[in-house]
Amino acid sequence: MAVLVGRQTRLLVQGITGYQGAFHTKQSLDAGTAVVAGVTPGRGGSRVHDVPVFDTVDEAVRETGANACVLFVPARFARDAALEAVAARLDPVVIITEGVPVHDAIEVAAYARRQGVRLLGPNGPGVTTAGQCRVGIMPWHLFTPGPVGVVSRSGTLTYEVVAGLTRAGLGQSTAIGLGGDPVVGTSFVEALEWFGADPDTRAVVLIGEIGGGAEEDAARYIARSLAKPVVSYIAGRTAPPGKRMGHAGAVISGTEGTAEHKVAALEAAGAAVAPLVSQVPALVRVRL
Amino acid sequence: MKLHEYQAKEVFARYGLPVQTGPVIDRPDAVRGLAIPYPVVVKAQVLVGGRGKAGGVKLAKTPAEAEAHARAILGMDIKGERVGRVLVVPAAEIEAEYYLAFVTDRAARRVAGIASAAGGVEIETVARETPEKIARLDVDPCLGAPSFAARGLGRRLGFTGPLLEEFTRIATILYRLYWEEDADLAEINPLARVGGHLLCVDAKLVLDDNAAYRHPDRPPSEEMTALEREAREHGLAYVELDGDIAVIGNGAGLVMSTLDLLAHVGGRAANFLDVGGGASEEGMRAAIELVQRKPGVRALFINIFGGITRCDDIARGIVKRPPRVPASIRLTGTNEVEAREILSAAGISAGTDPEEGARTAIVMARGAGGASGQGAPGPGGRR
Repeated sequence: MAVLVGRQTRLLVQGITGYQGAFHTKQSLDAGTAVVAGVTPGRGGSRVHDVPVFDTVDEAVRETGANACVLFVPARFARDAALEAVAARLDPVVIITEGVPVHDAIEVAAYARRQGVRLLGPNGPGVTTAGQCRVGIMPWHLFTPGPVGVVSRSGTLTYEVVAGLTRAGLGQSTAIGLGGDPVVGTSFVEALEWFGADPDTRAVVLIGEIGGGAEEDAARYIARSLAKPVVSYIAGRTAPPGKRMGHAGAVISGTEGTAEHKVAALEAAGAAVAPLVSQVPALVRVRL
Repeated sequence: MKLHEYQAKEVFARYGLPVQTGPVIDRPDAVRGLAIPYPVVVKAQVLVGGRGKAGGVKLAKTPAEAEAHARAILGMDIKGERVGRVLVVPAAEIEAEYYLAFVTDRAARRVAGIASAAGGVEIETVARETPEKIARLDVDPCLGAPSFAARGLGRRLGFTGPLLEEFTRIATILYRLYWEEDADLAEINPLARVGGHLLCVDAKLVLDDNAAYRHPDRPPSEEMTALEREAREHGLAYVELDGDIAVIGNGAGLVMSTLDLLAHVGGRAANFLDVGGGASEEGMRAAIELVQRKPGVRALFINIFGGITRCDDIARGIVKRPPRVPASIRLTGTNEVEAREILSAAGISAGTDPEEGARTAIVMARGAGGASGQGAPGPGGRR
């Protein structure tokens, strides 16, 4: 049954009438995902790709039984839209939006924790369960069902890894995009807990990058509690300190957040770390 | 975005925090006209840390001495940053030094208040060597930092009586400032006891760029180069590096991994450029134009994995603005076939394997007289 989303998911799209919202609603529908409702304040009563649009999340949930939510709303409205989804206890709530203020993310994450709602993003590609459900923006055609879970802070690197796994004949259970911002709703550790408990996942690929200490936390968890093999790749080995490498979270400050430190921690925890993305599938194969 | 000390102190003063402040000058002879009591401290205004150790902070007993210090410090290079301004403040008789900050704690997804009675030194050093000297307050964003919590922090630093109330007031104001200004870090180090009262002798403020739209009065960032600023105006994330192969990709993670890949096969990237998710034809054109303007660029490596970004949009951007330097292109994902047709109609070839693309870029840079790839193993390039 994989993690987070699957056949049971009834998806609500916030910002469904926007360019990205409408485009990815179509993509998800084509992938067989049950997109049951959209919400755009002021546009209630209309339809997008035949999906009914509501003014509020409450109405949408009452009418359609939606149980999960993805957000394509602009950054300045993301806080309110996310709080609305969390208030309705949709689970998961997935924020695709880039450029959300960090303090907004802190408030949404705190509320989600209180409500017992799992939050992905902001600034992530969403979550896809191969063969079952697409929430967000990941290219569906890259996926093939199988036993490998993927968790990442980066969108395009996730695609690179999933494509490589599929080419190598290694299918995926679920791919989770955590998001590239300093504060996001889910950590590597939580994603590893979910994969650890999922009978469909037999190995995990963890794609990290410079900045922060999330990969080091993951390493401690792997050493202590994860019984499944982990293959990792860390982006940013050659990045200079003090420069923000695109993602707001990807900054090496002082001795914190360097690739060397993360690689060493993961290897000490028993994970295999690939120097190049292209080497990930081979390392997974020998560990399955 | 980091602010200079003098800029941070202006914000602190606006919130009613007691700050040690003085005039900011950019010419040594400007010291002469200053009406401030001596002795003074002349402080380099730079965004990097460690200016004291680098000789950027000096005590002066007379105006002549202050002018000499200002002359020495202005124009000084501190960790690659040129000093353009100095702050001149009255020297304080410091009786004790403390540390106080509110900072975004990524792992906890919260705000943390950090305080210590061991101020005046790098807090990372204190945390590593004497962690028992650090007091921490986990802030619930729904509550903020109420007085009772700030007072608890002050007690753990050993404050009593009127000083405890002074500390409590400073901590609650600092939290309000951190939150209202959308800061990632608001730090006072040292928070000093001077004449029996607390004074912010230094001030550090790092602001969240994502929240800039809520703060139209913020000063412009001084951290970026001219090209980096221009890139941001086009919605591109650009960082200058020191190699000779310009890099363009989509997605921060993919671009970082492209830099690593280039280094792995013996090349050196001239820049990091992320055209972003859903990059348009126009964005791609601007990106190609921009990366080639940096002196010393001898080849271009474009690495695109189409997802939300469509490869055909990228290809149209490339065709409209064909690179002046030799370009190695790797392109795969959404609308890849259409993209290849557009490119080949314009006589441009593109591969699907990133490693091959990287090696080709190195051969191109070497062919153009660059340093990349010299001494590296033979190329596996296609062209």
